[in-house]
Order: sequence, then structure tokens, then C-alpha cells
Amino acid sequence: MSQDKATLDAKTVAKIAHLARIKVPAEEQEHLAGELNKLLDWVEQLGEVDTDGVEPMTSVAAQTLRRRPDIVNDGGYPDKVVSNATDATEHFFSVPKVVE
Amino acid sequence: MTNLTHLSMSEALAGLKAKDFTALELTNAYIAAVEAARPLNAFITETPDIALEQAKASDARYAAGTNLPLDGMPLGIKDLFCTKGVLTTAASHILDGFKPEYESTITENLFRDGAVMLGKLNLDEFAMGSANITSYYGPVLNPWTGKDPAGADRKLVPGGSSGGSAASVSGRFAIAATGTDTGGSIRQPASFTGIVGLKPTYGRCSRWGTIAFASSLDQAGPMTRTVRDAALMLQSMAGFDPKDSTSVDMKVPDLLAAMTGDIRGLRVGIPKEYRVDGMPVEIERVWSQGIEWLKAAGATPVEVSLPHTKYALATYYVVAPAECSSNLARYDGVRFGLRVEGKDLAEMYENTRGEGFGKEVRRRILIGTYVLSAGYYDAYYLKAQKVRARIAEDFTKAFEQCDILLTPTAPSTAFAIGEKQDDPIAMYLNDVFTVPASLAGLPGMSVPAGLASDGLPLGLQLIGRPFDEETLLRVADVIEKAAGPQPLPPYCR
Repeated sequence: MSQDKATLDAKTVAKIAHLARIKVPAEEQEHLAGELNKLLDWVEQLGEVDTDGVEPMTSVAAQTLRRRPDIVNDGGYPDKVVSNATDATEHFFSVPKVVE
Repeated sequence: MTNLTHLSMSEALAGLKAKDFTALELTNAYIAAVEAARPLNAFITETPDIALEQAKASDARYAAGTNLPLDGMPLGIKDLFCTKGVLTTAASHILDGFKPEYESTITENLFRDGAVMLGKLNLDEFAMGSANITSYYGPVLNPWTGKDPAGADRKLVPGGSSGGSAASVSGRFAIAATGTDTGGSIRQPASFTGIVGLKPTYGRCSRWGTIAFASSLDQAGPMTRTVRDAALMLQSMAGFDPKDSTSVDMKVPDLLAAMTGDIRGLRVGIPKEYRVDGMPVEIERVWSQGIEWLKAAGATPVEVSLPHTKYALATYYVVAPAECSSNLARYDGVRFGLRVEGKDLAEMYENTRGEGFGKEVRRRILIGTYVLSAGYYDAYYLKAQKVRARIAEDFTKAFEQCDILLTPTAPSTAFAIGEKQDDPIAMYLNDVFTVPASLAGLPGMSVPAGLASDGLPLGLQLIGRPFDEETLLRVADVIEKAAGPQPLPPYCR
């Protein structure tokens, strides 16, 4: 399985950081690449385990998710919903301009 | 009068019922203890005003004879539980100023039963860590201290992530505390500070209103001074909650009644894979001692095999970061917490998250993002989920031969602040004995088993069948009695 794994370089770190929307200063990217590579090398050991025919475990509970009637059972308090926002006016969350 | 803060929860409840002291007196004693303990940095936010108000209400109920199961018990609440109107930080800069408009189900259940809140306890940032050194609010100190070769005091970590919880209970400045455990965050700090820590079966306690780290693993649980207190507190915390889709709709049994003291004929599994290379003799000694105690009480030790144990940590460090990268996507500077402006929306997100997350959290989000990204998903994430299934299957097979498992809780006693800090993998190894049960969703518990030769506490871990907290408590009670009274940490002497 190791052929489909690439070694992470600073450029890849920059790319993942952008995907994760976390600003990582350029001078930290090289060091971080080293750290992440060490972790990825370490988890490579999972390749030793025979998992042919094993279903991936997504949840510990062997239960089907409960359903409930599709009715509104909460809400009606916009003041509370926006109370923790840095910038909220008239019950809207405000963000920097997106469209020019 | 006896030192009120040295009573266990069950003793304090008896004292309140007997009118030996009032809830207000008890709470005042704890508020003073919390203030005196500030150098340990265990609390992020102290809430004495709330505590006093709750204590007065408790006294009114005691006077009226309508007292509740935990009435007047001054608890510390890990700052991962949302508390209505009270700053909730997850020990992260990114949640600056966040005051939830709602109460987590766990704290709501505890308050429903009369508990008093002393404040919000420090932890590793977003519960990611094993030493409580990743908090934005600084490290927590263990009430236990060591000695360096020159005889000077060594400041030790309390373990993590529930480090503030562990320190406050051990240091006698909270009668008990809530913790959360994703890979060992209740059990390992309990071992490091000489207290009891119980991680219930996944689904036993509601996750609603608890800030999420890795949703398929996170479980809340009690951190207490005695096994009996753990049973009392879990009784209040646990129960079905329709607001958490993975909460299990199952009646919580009478946990105190489970502690019969009778473990005759019980088969105690000793997993041979937990005898890891280079394990300190002290750990080995405490483990053997635990086996002897249970044998003397009439149980039968059985050697069992959990062949995939050695892959548990690597599995965890794919699954947990993957889930964390997804859960922590919500911190975007828009709806709550910190916002760092940028020239456009994308830059505002990146600046906010770049500044708001600490190094360990950032590392885990990046790893998680990578293993979930196109081209690597199957090789890492899917593979880890399959190995996780193997690990869970190991336990199912082992429980065909035994009723409970006994292992060490942690591979060492508490270490000094600053140690293991530069090597993430060395830090992750702290959880080598706790992570497998987390991956399988099983209940686990750490019980104090005495002191190691370095004078520091060590715990023994019990792992039970799904939803069999009763057997866990029954055996833990036997260990506690066999181990005898535990010494106070140097901080309290």
C-alpha cells in the first residue's frame, strides 16, 4: 500500500493548511512537514495488519440511527443564536465581502 | 471539626443529611481551597457566586427534606462542557469569550441532582494531550511532586487531557469533577494523581453540549476520590438523551447496588500483549499485586490475547485526527469566539484559525485533513477503520473467556513538566493501555493501587463488557479495599 503514499514536503503542508483554512507561516512549513512525516511513517505499521474482507468500523454502536418526526421542536430565539458572534447585526452573522 | 474538604462525596452527603454541617459551609470550605490552589492553575474560570447560590438552594432542600442525590456536592467541571452563561473555552484561544446559551446534558443532569459548580477546569486544548501542557491557559501542576537527584522538588504534570479535573480532586479542592475521555483522558490523569476515573461505555453518557474532539470516541465520566463516589456521580451523569444520536436508550442500573464486594468465581482476563517491552518493573509489580488481590477475593485470573493491541495507537492517531479535523471546522470566526480579520472571507478564516489553534491542535487538524484528502483516504483512514474493527473483535473474543480485564492504566508515573514535549509520538505512548478500549467503545476505569518506588501514585485499569459498568465498579471496589487508604499528595500535607 505504500506506493500510494507520498512524502510530505513544505509545499504539501501549505496545500493541506489551505484546505484546513489554517494560516501556517512559510518559515514553519518545513519543520511541520518533518513532524507530519514522522507521524505518517509511524502509522505505516497499520499496513502489516491483514484487513481483507473486514468492514471498516465507523461507529462502536451496532445500532441504526434513531429517527424522529420531521417537525420543528426547537428555535425561535435569534438573539441567542447570534449572541456569541463578533459581528452580528439584525440577527445576521456578518462576514467580510465575498463577491466583488 | 474534621477538614470538610477531605471528606469523600458519600461522607459529605451523610454529613449533610445528619446536619453535621451545611452545604454552604462545605461550599465555602471548597471556595477557599480553590483560591488557595491557584498556583496549580487547575481552574480556568472560578464561579464562587454560582456555587454559593446553589449551596443555599441545597440547604433549603435539606431543611425541607427534599434533598437530591448529589445535593450540595461542590464539583469542578472540565471546561469542555458548555455551561449556560459561563465562559466555556476548551482551553483554546479560538473560543475567546464564548458564553454558551445552553447547558450540556451532563452538567444539566448534575445540577438537576443538586450538584454545586465551583468553576471550569483547565484541560489540554480541545482535550488533545496527555499532560495538560497544550492549554492556552498554561499547564496544570500535579498536587503530587517528585524529587530530582539533588533532592529538590520536581514539578509534575497531572496527566491529560482532564488535568485540571484530576488535580482538583486529588488536591482536595473539588470533591469530584467531570472528565472526558477520548483515548485515555480520564483514566491516565486519574492514575497520575492517585484518584478514581471512570470512562463509561460509549453511548452511556450524552455528548450533547460537550465540545467535540473525536465524536466516535468521546465519552464523559466521573473523576472522584473513591469508587463509591464514581458510582454515585455516574448514576447522575448517565442516561438516554434524545439530543445525542449515539446516546443509548437503555436504563441505567443501580450502580451502588452493584458493589456487593463479592467477586467469587469471576474470570479476570490478563491480556498478555499489555506486557510491553521495556515496561518499568514498578508497573509490572503493581499489576501482579492487583492480580493477587483479586485472586485473594475469589476471582480467577485467565491469560487472554488481544493480538492487535500494538496497532491501537497508530489506528487512534488516524481516526481521532480525522474526526477532529472535521469537528473543528466549525471554528471559523463567524459565529463564536475569536475573529482575526483578513482582506477577504478566506483570509479571515485562515488568520482566525492560524492564530486561534495551538500547535498540537493544528498538527492534528493537518494530519486529519491529509488522511481524509483525495488519494489518501483509503490508504490511511479506511485502513485505520478496518484495523479498528480488528481491535474491537479482539475484545469480543477475549470476553468469551473472561468477565473483565485487568491491566495497568499508564506505562509510567507522572513525569516532569517539559519532558516528552518535543516528540509527539513519545507523548502519545502515554495512552498505550487506554486507547484500545476507547477504540472498542468499552467501559474502562482506573483505580489507585498504591505508590511506586518514586513515591508517586499508580493506577490499575479495569476494562468491562459493553454497558457492564456494574462489574467494573464491583471489581474496582474490591481493589480499592485491598489497596487500603491512599496517602494524600504532598500539596495537601
